[in-house]
This record gives sequence, structure tokens and C-alpha cells, in this order.
Amino acid sequence: MSQQLIDIPEVELMGKGHVACPGCGSTVAMRFVLKALGEETMAVIPACCWTIVDGPTPSSVLKIPVMHTAFETAASAASGLKHGLDARGEKNTTVMAWAGDGGTFDIGFQAISGAAERNEDIIYFTYDNEAYMNTGVQRSSATPEGAWTTTTPTKTPKNKPKKDIVEALAAHHIPYIATASIAFPEDLIAKVKKAKEIRGMKFIHIISPCPPGWKSLPNDSIRLARLAVETKIFPLYEVEDGWKYHITHESKGTPVKEYLKAQGRFNHLTDADIENIQKTMDRKWKMLKMKEKLSLEEMEVLD
Amino acid sequence: MEQIMNETMSKYFNPETTASIKVMEGTHAASQAVKLARVKVISAYPITPQTSIVEKLSELCASGEIDAEFIKVESEHSAMASVVGAESAGVRSFTATSSQGLALMHEILHWAAGARLPIVMVNVNRALAPAWNIWVEQTDSLAQRDTGWIQFYCESNQEVLDMVLQAYRLAEQVMLPVMINLDAFFLSHTSEPVALPKQELVDQFLPPYNPKYKMELEGGHAFGGLAMPDSYMELRYKMQKSMEEAERLIPIVAEEYDHIIGRHHGTFLENYRVADADYLLMTSGTISGTSRIVVDSYREKGIKLGMIKVRTFRPFPTKAIREAVKNAKKVGVIDRNISFGQSGIFFSEAKAALYNAEHRPLMNGYVAGLGGRDVTPETISEIVDHLIASEKGQDLIWIGVKK
Repeated sequence: MSQQLIDIPEVELMGKGHVACPGCGSTVAMRFVLKALGEETMAVIPACCWTIVDGPTPSSVLKIPVMHTAFETAASAASGLKHGLDARGEKNTTVMAWAGDGGTFDIGFQAISGAAERNEDIIYFTYDNEAYMNTGVQRSSATPEGAWTTTTPTKTPKNKPKKDIVEALAAHHIPYIATASIAFPEDLIAKVKKAKEIRGMKFIHIISPCPPGWKSLPNDSIRLARLAVETKIFPLYEVEDGWKYHITHESKGTPVKEYLKAQGRFNHLTDADIENIQKTMDRKWKMLKMKEKLSLEEMEVLD
Repeated sequence: MEQIMNETMSKYFNPETTASIKVMEGTHAASQAVKLARVKVISAYPITPQTSIVEKLSELCASGEIDAEFIKVESEHSAMASVVGAESAGVRSFTATSSQGLALMHEILHWAAGARLPIVMVNVNRALAPAWNIWVEQTDSLAQRDTGWIQFYCESNQEVLDMVLQAYRLAEQVMLPVMINLDAFFLSHTSEPVALPKQELVDQFLPPYNPKYKMELEGGHAFGGLAMPDSYMELRYKMQKSMEEAERLIPIVAEEYDHIIGRHHGTFLENYRVADADYLLMTSGTISGTSRIVVDSYREKGIKLGMIKVRTFRPFPTKAIREAVKNAKKVGVIDRNISFGQSGIFFSEAKAALYNAEHRPLMNGYVAGLGGRDVTPETISEIVDHLIASEKGQDLIWIGVKK
């Protein structure tokens, strides 16, 4: 482990004094992402927690240039910025979009789909805290089935499954998609570095624990980000060109109960509910493994 | 007749400044202006009747005649958001739309102006649905009144080309976006002779764009972040000050253009036989051309009729209107638009502009030609006769509504 940690770049492009809640996963994610991307990076941030987290004008906690933009325009504004930089001959600058799940899965989905289909040369990050957290915990299409939010109260918790954003993006056949977790920084940084070197659209989905929204303890965020992976709820994998699946960490198969019980948003779930979630996650993991196997076979055929 | 033609030709087509004269539609005039302006990023989504702008620009980019990045976005909302991104990088950008597309952009129109980005957009004035209607009406752009965009209304394809170029010159000085409006079909799809100015003269008029602030790796600026109540209001105050600066610069830019290119379309207004007029029509867009003929026919009958063509909607030409109507007894405003629950929009703006004026003529507001219904010389004559016979002002008079 310690050997791998040495690979984490020392550069700090996120300063001190962000205004996120204690235990916010997205701040850790941002810090690692910028370590991987380096100084030649510009960020486009739509309405999301990071509108606030970055700090009020004239402050910015980031040492790279930031362009704030409207809620549903992360992908389109980032596309424009990248083309503008290209037009002025600055082709080496990485343009990253940094959006929450609402701005990605929901209101910004059309713009992402457009940018993905055009294969824009940007890296789109979604830090997924699984609800509209900046407005105070309302359900999004990234909210997992069974979760409490203020718009899915415990009497009627969310009864629709979480949208599979990775599969939706994979259907656009973009060069690179990855999932990442702040509990696996080496894996996260490696993926971001890889994405930086690829031309065309890259999409990185980061699970981002949110203590106020998940009703979890601030000092539990890293553990939850790890459990999400180990329970197979949030597997770590890559999809290249829409069909080459590669699992980057073999999930241990920790029972989902351990993850769910640490979060107040799932308090109302019965044992039967938890059993159903376990079954769903087991099935999804199996499917993912099959996709990986199939794509490996197909790559061998191509070789 | 020949002499008149020659006079007209020499007014518009100065051989020394003209590279070529081509017969083209309004949409192509807009596209040629984009080429002449050396725009670096174009992002647009097709919508009738703007589509041929997108098509023409695609052709010009594909052939290398325009050296620009063309982002073929999936919506007008993304079109405006991506030109916001491109302009933030400090490069000259362009988009075009119409009607529903403009309505979809609305949120980002505010953003473009608030971010102080000198984007230029061509909007083809078209009616809004439902009912579906692709023909001319100005409600689409007038509904964007409070977005912080400078707005011009054109009467000819030549004016469209010239105003796109002037728009960049103006926008980049005041750091506010500009919308150039032209009538659906009556301009967008009507072919007229258009003089293309020589590129070197356009370059002289419109220097390369190099803004003071842009997204740069050095400095680490953050743009558009949260502004608390202690700072937001000053940002809005500065936008208004820039609008006022635009009002000062519009005549100067028009003069500069005339000086270099040799063509002048007027500034805020184009006044036609106004000086001694008892009665005035106030128009905009292509209704103006028809109105001129009506003015001439009433003049032949000895009735002192004149016409004010309004060219700018924001900044609103309050001073110019006060000056233009100071000798008039009655003013009839023809609006090809409607603000439901009030009246025609140019009418209510003009009436408000005159409330604090020393001379307040009788004013009538006429709504005509919505959804592309023809406004003929007969329609305008009906308006003039009604105006002359009016004893007190009326805010809303519908013209040509079938009973």
C-alpha cells in the first residue's frame, strides 16, 4: 500500500478554506483529481454543491481557473471553452467539467449526451452524492432505490432504481469512462491520468459520500466510499470505446447491509428490502463480470 | 428612375470599398458577415427560418473560407452555453437562432450578458407556438428585453451584414452581447443585392478581439461565482452603465463604419420625412419599407406624414424618439408583436419614453401582422387614416383581425 501512495503527486491545486460540509466526499475527490491533472487545467462548474464549496467571489479555493456556469450546461460550456482554447492555439490545456449528480444524470443529461456524441475533448467528472444535496437532499435519478430524501419521505421512499449513467455514456461509444472512489485514491488518480492522455470525451463517475444527505457520520465518509465498492454497489471499472470493460478492483462482496446500516437514509429498510438490494447488486456484479469477460474475449479475437 | 437607381446604388454600393455585390438571402448576408468578422468559434442549432445560416456557415467552414471551430450542438441552449464557454476563452464567437430556439436560450442569454461576454447572435424573428407558425413576429426577441442584450432590428439584407460587423465592434467595447434581428422570410429568405465590403477594410474597422479578462492558466481567476448581497448590485449597476455607454457608442460606431466602409443606416432611428410631419408612424423591421411608400403617397395628397424606423430596442432610444416627435401632433406605433395584458411592445416602450418629455403627442398603438400576416400598403393606410381621425390616444388597436 505505502509503495503505491508514493505515486500520488505532491502538487496541491486545491487550497485551504473550502466551505463544504464536514466529511464531504467531493472535496477529497477534487483534491485527488487536480493532483492527477496538474496545473494546465481549467474547470467548468455548473450549479451544484461546488458552486458554494469553491467560495464566494472574489475567492476561489482552486488554484486553477474556474468558470462557473448554469446548472445544465457543464458539458456544453466546457465544449465551448475547449474549442475557444483550441482556436487561440492553446491545445494542451485540459478542460474539466465538475458537476454533481443532478447536473449530470438529470438536468444536464442532454448536454452531456450531445458532448459525448460529438466526442468533445473534455473530461467530465460527476461527483455523485446521490441526491440534490445543495438544495437540501431532494431525490435525483442518481438516488438509489429505497433511499430517503426530502422528496421521497420514509413512507414513500424512492421506488425507482438509480440511473445507470455509465451504461448510458457507454452507449455513446466515447473513448473512456471510469468509476472511482475516494477510498481508492491510487485507482482514482491512475484513471484521471489515463483520461488526461486520451483525446475525445472522457467521463469519470466518483461516488461522493454526503454526511448531511446520507445521514452518516462525517468521519465515516472514506469508509462508506470503500464499502460502496466492496459491497459491489459501486464497482470500480473502466469502459473504453463503449465496449471494453475492465474491472480495476475486485470487490470483496461485503454484505450490502453493512453499507446501508451506516446511513440514516436507509434506516426504514426492512430485512426483506435489504435482501432485495443484495440480490440486485449480486446480479449487477455478475453482469459486469460477464461484460468484462466478453470484451476480453473480443479483444483477443481482434488481436 | 435610372437616376434614382444610380443614387441608391452609389449610396449602398461604394465601388472603392466593395469587394463584390451578390444577390443573397438575409441568412446568407448574416453568414458572410460572420466570415468577414473573422469569427473563431461558431455554435448553432438549426431552426426554421434560421437554418440556412447554419448550413451556409457549415459550407464556409468546410471549404476553409472561414477558419473557425464549428460546434454542432444538440440544442439552442447548448449553442448559447458553448459560445459562452468559447467567449470566456477570449475568442470571437457567433450563434444564430429564431423563436422557440431563442426562448430555449433565455436562461443563458442572462448568463452571457452577466458574464460580460460580447457574443453576437443573429435572431430571425419568428412567431412562437402554439399554434406552430414559422412566419415573422417580433415577440421572440422582445421577450428577451431584460436579459442585458443590446438589440438591433434590420430592414434589409445589407443592413443585416453591416450590423453584424458593427455589433462586434460595439459589443467588444462595452462587453455586452448583441442580438441582430431580421424578419422571417421577408428578409431571411428574400434575395436582395448585398455589397460585401473588402476584407482589409473590415479588418481595419474591426480589430482582433483581445479581452482584458479571459480564462487563462496564469492568475487562477474564477468567473461567475457566488456574489453576496454586498457585491451583486454593483455588478448590475455596471451593466446598466455599459448599456449607457453603448448608447453613446452606437452613433460613433456607425460613423466609423461609414468612414471606412462607406455606408450608414442611421443610428437609433432612421427618420423619414419627419421634420415637418404632423403625423408619424413608428415602425421596425420590414414594415418600414412598406411604410415609406405609404408616407410618400400621403405626402402627394398634401398630408404631412412621416415615419420613424426604430433600429435599437436596447438601449431604448428615448432621447432620439423625444427629439423625433417634438413637432408631431400624432404618433401611431405599428407593432408586429404583443405583450399580452398590455399592448404592442414598441408602443408601450415609446409611450413610457415620452411620459417625461416636454412634448407629448397623441399616441396610438397598432398591433398588426402577427404570425406573418401581410402588412400591405393598404393595411398601413388604414392605420394612418385611423391615426389622423383619432381624437384621443388608444393603447391597443388590432388591425386586420377577422371577426
